[in-house]
Amino acid sequence: MTDASPDRSRSRPRVSADGFSLAKLLLEGRAFFALIAIIIVFSLLSPYYFSVGNFLTMASHVAIFGILAVGMLLVILNGGIDLSVGSTLGFSGVIAGFLMQGVQLTTFGVILYPPVWVVAVLVCVLGALVGLVNGVLIAWLKVPAFVATLGMLYVVRGAALLMTNGLTYNDLGGKPELGNTGFEWLGFNRLLDIPIGVLVMAVIAIIGSIILNRTAFGRWLYASGGNERAAELSGVPVKQVQVSVYMLSGICAAVAGLILSSELTSAGPTAGTSYELTAIAAVVIGGAALTGGRGNIRGTLVGAFVIGFLSDGLVIIGVSAYWQTVFTGAVIVLAVLLNAIQYRRRVKLPSPAGGSPTSPQKDKATTADPALEKTAG
Amino acid sequence: MNAAPEFEPAPGDTVLAARHIVKTYGGTHALKGVNFDIRRGKVTTLFGENGAGKSTLMKILSGVTTPTSGSIELDGQSVTFSSASDARDRGISIIHQELSLAPNLSVRDNIFMGREIPGATGVDFAEEARQTRLLMADLEEDIDPLTLVQDLRLGQQQIVEIARALSVDSRILIMDEPTSALSATEVEVLFRVIRDLTARGVSIVYISHHLEEALQITDHAVVLRDGAITATANARHINLEWIVRNMVGENFDLGSPPTGYAFGEVALSVEDVSVADASSSERSVVDRLSLDVRSGEIVCIYGLMGAGRTELLECIAGRLQPSGGRILLGGKDISRLGIAERIARGLVLVPEDRQRDGLVQTMSVGANLSLASIGSFVRGMLLSRSRERLLVEASIRDVHVKTAGGSAPIGSLSGGNQQKVVIGKMLTTNPKVMLLDEPSRGIDIGAKAEVFRLLSERAARGLAVVFSTSEVAECLSIAHRIIVMHRGRISAEFGGDATKEEIMAASGEAVVTDHEEHRSHHRDRR
Repeated sequence: MTDASPDRSRSRPRVSADGFSLAKLLLEGRAFFALIAIIIVFSLLSPYYFSVGNFLTMASHVAIFGILAVGMLLVILNGGIDLSVGSTLGFSGVIAGFLMQGVQLTTFGVILYPPVWVVAVLVCVLGALVGLVNGVLIAWLKVPAFVATLGMLYVVRGAALLMTNGLTYNDLGGKPELGNTGFEWLGFNRLLDIPIGVLVMAVIAIIGSIILNRTAFGRWLYASGGNERAAELSGVPVKQVQVSVYMLSGICAAVAGLILSSELTSAGPTAGTSYELTAIAAVVIGGAALTGGRGNIRGTLVGAFVIGFLSDGLVIIGVSAYWQTVFTGAVIVLAVLLNAIQYRRRVKLPSPAGGSPTSPQKDKATTADPALEKTAG
Repeated sequence: MNAAPEFEPAPGDTVLAARHIVKTYGGTHALKGVNFDIRRGKVTTLFGENGAGKSTLMKILSGVTTPTSGSIELDGQSVTFSSASDARDRGISIIHQELSLAPNLSVRDNIFMGREIPGATGVDFAEEARQTRLLMADLEEDIDPLTLVQDLRLGQQQIVEIARALSVDSRILIMDEPTSALSATEVEVLFRVIRDLTARGVSIVYISHHLEEALQITDHAVVLRDGAITATANARHINLEWIVRNMVGENFDLGSPPTGYAFGEVALSVEDVSVADASSSERSVVDRLSLDVRSGEIVCIYGLMGAGRTELLECIAGRLQPSGGRILLGGKDISRLGIAERIARGLVLVPEDRQRDGLVQTMSVGANLSLASIGSFVRGMLLSRSRERLLVEASIRDVHVKTAGGSAPIGSLSGGNQQKVVIGKMLTTNPKVMLLDEPSRGIDIGAKAEVFRLLSERAARGLAVVFSTSEVAECLSIAHRIIVMHRGRISAEFGGDATKEEIMAASGEAVVTDHEEHRSHHRDRR
């Protein structure tokens, strides 16, 4: 007699009650405030930091990680992880270098020099293929994402080393008479004074944002990352979504590989080593939950800028590279700590009425280890 | 519901007294001010349907969870348990309904988990093994202490669970469905052990769905319904009929079957469908079952836990693959289609566990409501936000979700409203057949009535409805036809005018015969 109505009104006002509290604002916009703090601190410490030229230079460094991080975000939203992107980046550069040197077709006795746009497309297809392998392993063959992509990390890196015998392709400029010039355009040119790499990142971010917010695929991705079983029962093609995110992540890695090798005008098989970790860090700093279902492009880009502007700032004021590593690590840990604080309140969901024995798994989970239940809450 | 059931405190022989215990989960009241006494050296049996709050009450008494309000007195002293091990230290232990053993460890290690006997070099394994052997001898089970738990059959695992509780020398022992996987002989041994224990002054709380079996052992009966105690009595004065009457109640009208129209064509046809058990291939959880449902008809499937209801519904919806038979929707074979294709053709499932299978907790109310019908508001490549908003608002009105709006987080809703979101999500796909697995689970009686009213309205407009339940009162509400499932088959079929006793008898609930076989099937949902 007392239970019919109070339930619905009880939790509702709480949502708006602290909607404008300062603590909440700081917590939710933490990555953005951290970025502002970094800019202020380094501007005070070094006269060279706060200038348009320096910002553009730093932004072009960020672009590589930003592009990787957008792809990584899609994977993490799905509740997965993609450790192979650094290797895919390196492999893409090597393949680009290989194609630029000309492809010898012995049966026909000719050497093909594909134009740069063909090289770019082929490299992106390659990235998608690596992602396809990841996706099939994970979605259909049920290999845990961590293990599948860790394996691909080694396989793809090995393939890059095999292609070049460990050496680096240095001459990526192409020759006018062969019609394959222009590879350095990605890395060196500027449009409206903005490096092409940064523009590519912006375009990818905008496309990613539209995919996530305005397409059915985006909704499927959030749903299957938030609760795969519920999404599946609602008719979401969860396996196709899962394969797609790894393919998109692979394409992002390939694009980043093209930009990096263009910037360096060389393609080494070890390029991009451990970049996957930086990309994951950017996504995490951007507020995404590693359990899936939460996160957005804006946060991820801010996360990439936090890492990039922090490490470049440390270089500018002359802090040793070893200390840079320590600082970056501390920022990541802090970010995850704050994520935990933000999501802890939301995770406390009303569980279904107790005592109902029709859900063995759930009941088992709560009764199996009472101590765990306590500490987790 | 019943304001004050007859309640006689008997301080002299009460070892533990729970007073005014309230427990709420989110918006759901699992317990509503329960007074419960455990009598010294007696077997107190707690009767109640699924979701009545039995397990919640036991978890509170054993320190697994804490009550929202209320107090517990142990030997007249007010106590609070900070954890299950705290309660265990005070002499209260519990045998959980769901086994809480570590399958990768041995019987010995499970029994002494967390209370290892210290020895000269760490743990005194020999002593632990010796005590384990004694316990097994007591329970007349021939199990070596070093056997891994995963190598035991389910009934033996339950014996280990019981042995672990016995090994603590508790004053109060709570047994939540201890016999569900035991054979008839094992149950007899357990009952003998229980009588030994009570003779030594140990107080037992016993919970079982096997009413007649529980009647054999009980000294004192307490009936819980919808989170409140409805009756207490000495075992001498009660019978099966008394328990059923108090368990089920008849004080709330959940509606009646919609009338005034003729059923349409056969909308869903299940032909000889079998579903293999996930753990052993030779056994079927659904066994050559056939069923026709016409449009406009409401069919209720009643059965105990493990009767195969969930598996049947999940198989029809496309989550489980049938091992035989076929499923026709509107006369067309859909057995080979995926879930999404079945939804597109008008067959939807509202799953049993809405937290696990129904809702995406990271998304808003609106995004949850529109999840199954995204295709209807895609324009070109992009989602049309205005169309989505219209759809969500219509759906919120349609199924009466009480929410601040489509953008509110799903976790802000009460259990009943969350369930309406799951139902609303599937209704927006304009289904022809709707399957609902325990749609009333964990929601309060008002929301329950609302859900049933919604279903009968839709049925009157031509929707074929199949819902499962483990509460008899719900069978006798809106269903035109009641099907009782037992061991994966239809054991009886009734019209809307069946009696509770008939239905319960057909489900095997009130029957003690053919114990052994029944029990081995009783836990097949693992």
